[in-house]
Amino acid sequence: MKRRAFIQTSALASAAMLLPKFLKGHEQNADIKSNKILVVIQLTGGNDGLNTVVPYENSLYYNARPTIAIPKNQVHKLNDELGLHPDMKGIKNLFDNGQVCVINNVGYPEPDRSHFRSMDIWHTASNSNEYKHSGWLGRYLDDKCKSCDLPTQLLEIDDTLSLALKGEKLNGLALKDVKRLYNTTTSPFIHQLSTQYLAANHEHENATYLYKTLAETVSSADYLYKTSKIFHNATTYPNHEFGKSMKTISEFIISGINTSVYYVSLGSFDTHFNQPKRQSDLLKQLSETVEIFMKDMQQYGKLNDVLLMTFSEFGRRVQENASSGTDHGTANQLFLFGNNFKKNGIYNAAPNLSDLDDGDLKFTVDFKNVYATILKKWLQVDEQKILGKSYAYLDFIG
Amino acid sequence: MLTEQEKIKHLYYRAAFGCSIHKMPYSVSLQANIDALLAPQQFQSLHIISQSEVDAVKAAAKSKGKEAKVEVKKMLKENIVELNEMWLNEMIHTSAQLQEKLALFWHGHFACRTPNPYFNQQYLDIIRKNALGNFKTLLIEISKTPAMLQFLNNQQNKKDHPNENFAREVMELFTLGRGNYTEQDIKEAARAFTGYGFDALGEFKFRKAQHDFGNKTCFGKTGNFDGDDILEIIMQKPECAYFITKKLYQFFVHDESVDENLVQDLAQKFYQSNYNIKQLMSLILKADWFYDVKNVGNKIKSPTELIANTFRLIPTTFDKPNSILFMQRTLGQVLLNPPNVAGWKGGKSWIDSSSLLFRMRLPQIIFYDEELDFSPKAYQPEMGDIKMKMMDEYVKKLASKKLSAKVDWSKTFVYFSNKKDSWNEIVTAVLPCKIDGAIAKIVTQNADISTKENEIKSKLIHAMSLPEFQLC
Repeated sequence: MKRRAFIQTSALASAAMLLPKFLKGHEQNADIKSNKILVVIQLTGGNDGLNTVVPYENSLYYNARPTIAIPKNQVHKLNDELGLHPDMKGIKNLFDNGQVCVINNVGYPEPDRSHFRSMDIWHTASNSNEYKHSGWLGRYLDDKCKSCDLPTQLLEIDDTLSLALKGEKLNGLALKDVKRLYNTTTSPFIHQLSTQYLAANHEHENATYLYKTLAETVSSADYLYKTSKIFHNATTYPNHEFGKSMKTISEFIISGINTSVYYVSLGSFDTHFNQPKRQSDLLKQLSETVEIFMKDMQQYGKLNDVLLMTFSEFGRRVQENASSGTDHGTANQLFLFGNNFKKNGIYNAAPNLSDLDDGDLKFTVDFKNVYATILKKWLQVDEQKILGKSYAYLDFIG
Repeated sequence: MLTEQEKIKHLYYRAAFGCSIHKMPYSVSLQANIDALLAPQQFQSLHIISQSEVDAVKAAAKSKGKEAKVEVKKMLKENIVELNEMWLNEMIHTSAQLQEKLALFWHGHFACRTPNPYFNQQYLDIIRKNALGNFKTLLIEISKTPAMLQFLNNQQNKKDHPNENFAREVMELFTLGRGNYTEQDIKEAARAFTGYGFDALGEFKFRKAQHDFGNKTCFGKTGNFDGDDILEIIMQKPECAYFITKKLYQFFVHDESVDENLVQDLAQKFYQSNYNIKQLMSLILKADWFYDVKNVGNKIKSPTELIANTFRLIPTTFDKPNSILFMQRTLGQVLLNPPNVAGWKGGKSWIDSSSLLFRMRLPQIIFYDEELDFSPKAYQPEMGDIKMKMMDEYVKKLASKKLSAKVDWSKTFVYFSNKKDSWNEIVTAVLPCKIDGAIAKIVTQNADISTKENEIKSKLIHAMSLPEFQLC
């Protein structure tokens, strides 16, 4: 054996002994006790909540929206005051099955009407006067995955990673198409470099960090691709981005991939102009896809393991504007989809349109209470560590 | 110990956006290079709205009300993205490298966003013009920009309803940092800033009717203070010099491990110099410890640094507009569009699986014209910002195509073909840290060596695709 080759072999041999878990293979991770799965659906751009869950008996609603209000005879009635947007038949069906929980008036104190800033607040779970640089789900990963080093615990179906999935130490993984990611990571140059995390000498800590990230990415792509390709989901999902993304999530869940939180976005709901058409299209996409997804979960015996949550950075103003649209507002409803609700249906009182804050809905539920409940009761983690303080739990789940 | 050449490379990575292929700095001494970076440079504004247009609007405003409105509207149609790209081009091409590097630092420090093109232009002028000047002047001028006053809601800060946002961020983020002021100091300072506003023409206005002329007590001093007085009082506190010095140290020297003694000493000198930024930078760049091995090649390049560095090494012109914006968006740093008033976190936060893979693929995408197949997140234009919406669709469309570019390799070929071993020279001249033999071997194995020129091209592109190139 040549001296050079010998050095390389022994370097590899000793490196193998120090191999972190993610390079050794993918056992079910000991850190994650719960087998519950959360799917977060971000409705980007600020969905108009009042035209989503319509207060169809409220004259204040019809007065504020002479052009764009949804007529009473078109809504899917949920109870004697609230009804779903006409294009949300799928969600209405789920509602009738007891698989929906609607939490009204979710927001936070001193709301910010900038997309950027308000999204930041929801992603980082900060107050409106503080700036955090890490996301709530990223911090969940930090807490749960101290020794697992595997970003597949937290996946976003997109090309780039949202702030919500960036922790202080660990980050989630973003991918839109697992085959494409696999092809990139198996290209010779990238793949060969990824073997150099432990094999090569890196001059500094940050170089080591980059090689470690690369090795994790390559190893994750390999795991995701090889595990998920065994299962092909024959269910037809709608042929739009959101439908495709939810199909990917469904395939991952059914093939038993170890991800506990998925993140996906739908948008843009920023309906300043001609709101009705745009919002209808998007709500239809949401509704039809979620219905298929839930049926899929049922068919493969996963229904009791999944919880879906929607959110938007803000709702919109009560009064419509002059362009058949609505401008940036504040509080908004949030949907939960699942099969284990302690309390399903309409969780709390509808928005009070006679008690507004400068034309905007007042929040009655802080979104951080929703996060706390999901973290503690669904994902079974110490939510105080992740959110920085304690928030009272809601009782939509046990 | 670093060689002279390694020191020069480090200097250019930190005090500039890397070396330019048009003028590689290695034939001149380190000292001469430092002097050149610190030498006074003629300042040139970056304008999407010319001074004559601004003057015309102001003149119209004085005479006839209605016409002025039309003129102002015209002015607002200019595209902020042009200003963004103009600035990035400046970072690539200017010889005033240290000035632009500091301007980028101040942009992160005084982070601010406004949909108004003229306000952006004013703001950018101020951070660039004062980048190497006096911090006091910079702070006072920034505090009067419509951009910042608007971003931090000071238009709503009135005698009867004080809004503390502006005063709070001034203390927390711009001057002192947490722990060096009380809530009471903020309340009193907010009263002093009441009436600080601006008009549609971008002129600072002190609105007497909204100003609280009563006595305020801030940091133990009492008087009928206005905002300028408060800034003066703050800057009399050595904590302010320390806060700024430490942040500069983290940006230029080491973002994770801070040598407290060094920072204390520098802060004291910064304070004694009455906040002279250039003097502080000179102390840093001339210090032996600046070139300590632990401070070299261990900082993760920001997307802006990566983009500017790439095109300083390989001169490139894009066929399609907004290509640079596309890269900024995908890599996660858009100039004139920081995430919030606290700026970009920097360091490791630039890197996650997808951003690292994109960074490693980017040189091939640009220089081998490979398909992108990658798209940034949707941009949510704030109210009324229609132009950004249209541009968002354009950038999204780019995602499925190629970033077609004209690349000028001539200088690169000349520089590297004059050297005996082109790979060795690429490592020495371009890569910020040492490369393990096994990694060098991977580059060599994958390189196209069909001709001398292809070899240089291919090895350089591979070098720029390495994780090590993400450092500086």
